[in-house]
Amino acid sequence: MLAAVDWHILWQRIFHPDHVFVLALWRTIYISVLAQTLGVVLGLIAALMRMSRFFPLRLLSGAYVLIFRGTPLIVQIFFVYFGANLLFGFTLIPRTVDFGVFQMDGAAFAGILALGINEGAYMREIIRAGIDAVDRGQMEAAKSVGMPYRLAMRRIVLPQATRFIIPPLGNEFNNMMKTSSLVFFIGVTELFGDAEIRYSTTFKPVEYFLAVAFWYLVLTTVWSLIQAQIERKLAVSERGDELTFRERVAAAWLPAAMRIRGTP
Amino acid sequence: MSSNGPVLRAEGVEKRFGRLEVLKGVSLEVNPREVVCVIGPSGSGKTTFIRCINHLEKIDAGRIEVNGHLIGYRERSGKLVEDTERNIARQRAEIGMVFQRFNLFPHKTALENVIEAPTHVRGIAKDEAVRQGRALLERVGLADKFDTYPGKLSGGQQQRVAIARALAMNPALMLFDEPTSALDPEVIGEVLDVMKALALDMGTTMIVVTHEMGFAREAADRMVMMDDGRIIEEGPPLHFFDSPREERTKRFLSKIL
Repeated sequence: MLAAVDWHILWQRIFHPDHVFVLALWRTIYISVLAQTLGVVLGLIAALMRMSRFFPLRLLSGAYVLIFRGTPLIVQIFFVYFGANLLFGFTLIPRTVDFGVFQMDGAAFAGILALGINEGAYMREIIRAGIDAVDRGQMEAAKSVGMPYRLAMRRIVLPQATRFIIPPLGNEFNNMMKTSSLVFFIGVTELFGDAEIRYSTTFKPVEYFLAVAFWYLVLTTVWSLIQAQIERKLAVSERGDELTFRERVAAAWLPAAMRIRGTP
Repeated sequence: MSSNGPVLRAEGVEKRFGRLEVLKGVSLEVNPREVVCVIGPSGSGKTTFIRCINHLEKIDAGRIEVNGHLIGYRERSGKLVEDTERNIARQRAEIGMVFQRFNLFPHKTALENVIEAPTHVRGIAKDEAVRQGRALLERVGLADKFDTYPGKLSGGQQQRVAIARALAMNPALMLFDEPTSALDPEVIGEVLDVMKALALDMGTTMIVVTHEMGFAREAADRMVMMDDGRIIEEGPPLHFFDSPREERTKRFLSKIL
């Protein structure tokens, strides 16, 4: 069985990536980063809307989560890219989106939008839980020195909520890098798409998919190291004990769920 | 915000949590430079009452004025409606509050805790705020702790930072909500000393919910006894401690003295 694997291809894919592959890798990275950023922004807005005194805002926030957590992401991706055209007969997202300083493939742009909007629904819950985890006395203390709600939220509560938000946010981004492979289905040649195309022309699925799995593992591992650094920095001001480099590396390799210690 | 009348004028304040009546018509006046100690059994409403004074709790009836300004509400055609958030924040800036559990901002150093409101609420220049903040921390005996985070301070030190933080806004009235009851016995004294200095040397107008009778005897101008959502007795400490009028007060004092 193993004899059928062409190890040379796997070797080449891992140690001598060509420029087409590097471009695909770059796409996966920027799609994931931009989609996650959009998700955090939307999640924060939705979380603050949920705490609003104004009922329609709370309703809107609830509907957002209901819809985007309750339907398949792949359907959302299709609807964002093709929806306007199929439903109303106009093109919402052009083939190439021009940002002035740079241009972006329309499908990649639609993918980022869809992934980001979907992610926002999950981030809302994470951010809300983070805000709830901050002691109520903090808001009261801020108010008692004359800070209005918004200022108290921005200067006192949210910075402390970050500590509770970062660990699950890291997991979300880890997920995002892998989930972003779904945008291949609207024609974006990212990491997974690149492997898919190679496989379909060579009929060597094992080699190409093993290689792409390896590269996803590299991405998620590098991210885990970065995340451990961020978490360590956040902890410094509140706890004296810093992790050593060895502990960070160990922590980075542990299953992500085990690192959410420190959250209540 | 100066006026010749009392600093605090509370009239018939009522507060309910659901069906539980916590305050059943509390009236109290506090004059400038006066120190009032509030005592009473737990559940008597003393903490709720001082939380109402800076509108951390809404009230269901009555009115509270600080320096002649209605707190938390506006009068509109004879009725009281809740004031805008901006106005409430402005009123709170004139009232200092020290909490039982300190509630320091854990992501900020002692000095940053103290200058946070002066710089971001009052808009005082950072240099000036730092200068005043250092002076305040020196006054509460923490000259060597400017850059220390609350997590590295003892309970007594944290509470003294909290007092400096409240003083940084130059409040017309300071509220203390059982400031020493979350502290280890050996550090209670250092907090009480700071409070005594405020009361006796600085002439700060204070309302203190406390069971520290030594502090009350030395620093209070007036004692207030609350029970079951009402003020049942008040008077100067000497008289209050030695010959209380109410049977309920006698029994309470005999338990805590």
